[in-house]
Amino acid sequence: MAVAARKSKAPAQPKAAAKPARARAGKEGAGKVEGALSNTPTFTKDEDLHAYREMLLIRRFEEKAGQMYGMGLIGGFCHLYIGQEAVVIGMQMASKDGDQVITGYRDHGHMLACGMESRGVMAELTGRRGGYSRGKGGSMHMFSREKNFYGGHGIVGAQVSLGTGLAFADWYRDDKTVSLTYFGDGAANQGQVYESFNMAQLWKLPVVFVIENNRYAMGTAVSRASAQTDFSRRGVSFGIPGEQVDGMDVRAVREAAARAIEHARSGKGPYILEMQTYRYRGHSMSDPAKYRSKDEVQRMREEHDPIEQVRARLIRDFKIGEDELKAIDAKVREIVNDAAEFATHDPEPDPSELYTDILLEAARG
Amino acid sequence: MPIDILMPALSPTMEEGKLAKWLKKEGDQVKAGDIIAEIETDKATMEVEAVDEGVLAKILVADGTENVAVNTPIGIIAAEGEDVSTAAAADPAKINPAVPAPAAEAPKQEEVAPVASAPQSVPAQAKAYDSSSEFPAGAELVSTTVREALRDAMAEEMRRDRDVFVMGEEVAEYQGAYKVTQGLLQEFGPKRVIDTPITEHGFAGIGVGAALSGLKPIVEFMTFNFAMQAIDHIINSAAKTLYMSGGQMGAPIVFRGPNGAAARVGAQHSHDYAAWYSNVPGLKVVMPYSASDAKGLLKSAIRDPNPVIFLENEIMYGKSFDVPKGDDFLIPIGKAKVVRPGTDVTIVSFGIGMTYALGAAEALAKEGIEAEVIDLRTIRPMDIETVIASVQKTNRCVAVEEGFPQSGVTAEIGMKIMEAAFDYLDAPVARVTGKDVPMPYAANLEKLALPNIGEVVAAAKAVCYR
Repeated sequence: MAVAARKSKAPAQPKAAAKPARARAGKEGAGKVEGALSNTPTFTKDEDLHAYREMLLIRRFEEKAGQMYGMGLIGGFCHLYIGQEAVVIGMQMASKDGDQVITGYRDHGHMLACGMESRGVMAELTGRRGGYSRGKGGSMHMFSREKNFYGGHGIVGAQVSLGTGLAFADWYRDDKTVSLTYFGDGAANQGQVYESFNMAQLWKLPVVFVIENNRYAMGTAVSRASAQTDFSRRGVSFGIPGEQVDGMDVRAVREAAARAIEHARSGKGPYILEMQTYRYRGHSMSDPAKYRSKDEVQRMREEHDPIEQVRARLIRDFKIGEDELKAIDAKVREIVNDAAEFATHDPEPDPSELYTDILLEAARG
Repeated sequence: MPIDILMPALSPTMEEGKLAKWLKKEGDQVKAGDIIAEIETDKATMEVEAVDEGVLAKILVADGTENVAVNTPIGIIAAEGEDVSTAAAADPAKINPAVPAPAAEAPKQEEVAPVASAPQSVPAQAKAYDSSSEFPAGAELVSTTVREALRDAMAEEMRRDRDVFVMGEEVAEYQGAYKVTQGLLQEFGPKRVIDTPITEHGFAGIGVGAALSGLKPIVEFMTFNFAMQAIDHIINSAAKTLYMSGGQMGAPIVFRGPNGAAARVGAQHSHDYAAWYSNVPGLKVVMPYSASDAKGLLKSAIRDPNPVIFLENEIMYGKSFDVPKGDDFLIPIGKAKVVRPGTDVTIVSFGIGMTYALGAAEALAKEGIEAEVIDLRTIRPMDIETVIASVQKTNRCVAVEEGFPQSGVTAEIGMKIMEAAFDYLDAPVARVTGKDVPMPYAANLEKLALPNIGEVVAAAKAVCYR
């Protein structure tokens, strides 16, 4: 496990930029975001290196998962996070130990960002006993109490009420932790999202609602499904503040996240962050992606890739040499290959596992 | 080392496809994530991405080739200047250790679920659960309504454990729509007795989320009819998470409230959901009849680390029963109770169905038929052994419920008896249920739609051939 063992927390952050840079992204989505503006928050070299390494791990992990799916080692559904890496990494860079994370079914990146072992995640994808759910959950259902990762949920939008419930528990215990509740532009149209918004604001629960707007709910473009496509405004009638964030720029994400988390942690209630992002791959592995053009995907990859942005900065601003970047790449590849190797050869669960974990034994008396 | 690019599968069922087009040619530089080719099946077109960096050294399967089997090497990526002549991929396992060697594909026998670890079956000589020591010896008995018993159970458990709280519509300031939570707000304050908006789906989800994080919520539904708005969280979030997390994360939560028909409230407020919830692994389902069972079982439900569905009945709230004094009175979940011993026929029911069962037993006694009456108390896990023990003695059984007949709890009871005690039966198991219609409003029709004592008596006589 030595290779896979990692610590996910970011290096100590400097104080947030004096003047918050709000809502830079255009309403039509991340694709319209112009290059770095003058008020874009800056990262130190260590922060950029951290973000680069963390995002690259997700990218390489997901590429490997896609490959293993293609080889039949991963079954069922497999939803890849490629393209959206800056969202979860930027959020985690602003969060503290003890804060909870919960998301939907596109969850591999969130788990890695929470510091869960890549071996355990990959072995769950292949349905093996070394997986986080001992092979009984699969791609969409993994959890780690230790890392405060609460899943991994397959019913679109359900994680929003559950995440609000995690925040309720934080409020009940008054332990100053925050629930980071992720969902997509598709889930944002579920009724329970608004039921949760209402109660979160009514009770001032410490929750940050992170709407990952990747512009397509499966095959349906945002404009075809949403009367209000500015998701940052979805909490307006409840009085929940929100902002649109360039979700392809990890610095912008981290900065907005710091603001939102501080708001929630200080007892002011929920906050909405609409992360304008993009998924490069299909909705799931068997998605022919006929609802968008190849040019659109190619343009996003070439002009807005979250990892390439950091890589370019590292070379340009911090004079990091190709050799050092190659060493990071090699290290990440080693972690991913080790995970794949483990997940391929780890045995399937024992048949007796069929009947375990259905109910917990009640304590006597 | 050169790396083979393998024909990928678009889905677990795909066996072969067409290599539609190469987007790179031999000698091109590729990076991980670059799209290098397109493949097609009759259902979809997909892109093949490079998984590593290097040069597309060799194309092994040409554009437009049909019926390319999954996992066939279609090309080779090599580092600059690397010799690829040795990479020809007869054995994918040699090139990519992630690919299982073909030998591992040997036909496997269909795996059979291990019987040894399957839930316990009924032993040949079934033994009834002995409930005689449930009331502490010498305890003072206090006549208590079901409503008060439920309130006392919650209050006692809230005193005992700070993690227990109640949420629901009108549970706090209004003192409960049916006054079950009376006085709780005054004793425990607004942080632990929480009025929710009318938003079942949302507050059920919030309750489950709080439970996943370790709190012990009691979520009250004003009636279980409204829980239909929330059933996704009860089933998908509460019941399944322990299993899906490999045992890491359970939901210690109680969903409670009145269930089934009250009086003249129409089809949307009269549904009995016992059968629905009892269908789901990962839930416990409790449906008490008496006040003492209501109290002892609710206390056990609150202490239980699993999600428990606690089905009450509005008509029963005002009925009084003896309840032993003291705040450590527990009734175990999953144990039935023989409430009236008898020899001639077993009548088994639960919840308000017990009123028909007990009424019928009394009427039958006058005609010389001694019925043994069993209150299941818990629907899931069902204590069928106590029922079987009785049937082995009486050889006849009538099952009674207010719910609908098809796939009902009584249907399950009948099946279980057939599986475990077929040879003991002198007559087919009979059932008396609610009629197979939405609940009507008119007083006469509503009466017809529900079971009654006469129907139970008739069924008991029929299985006794009298």
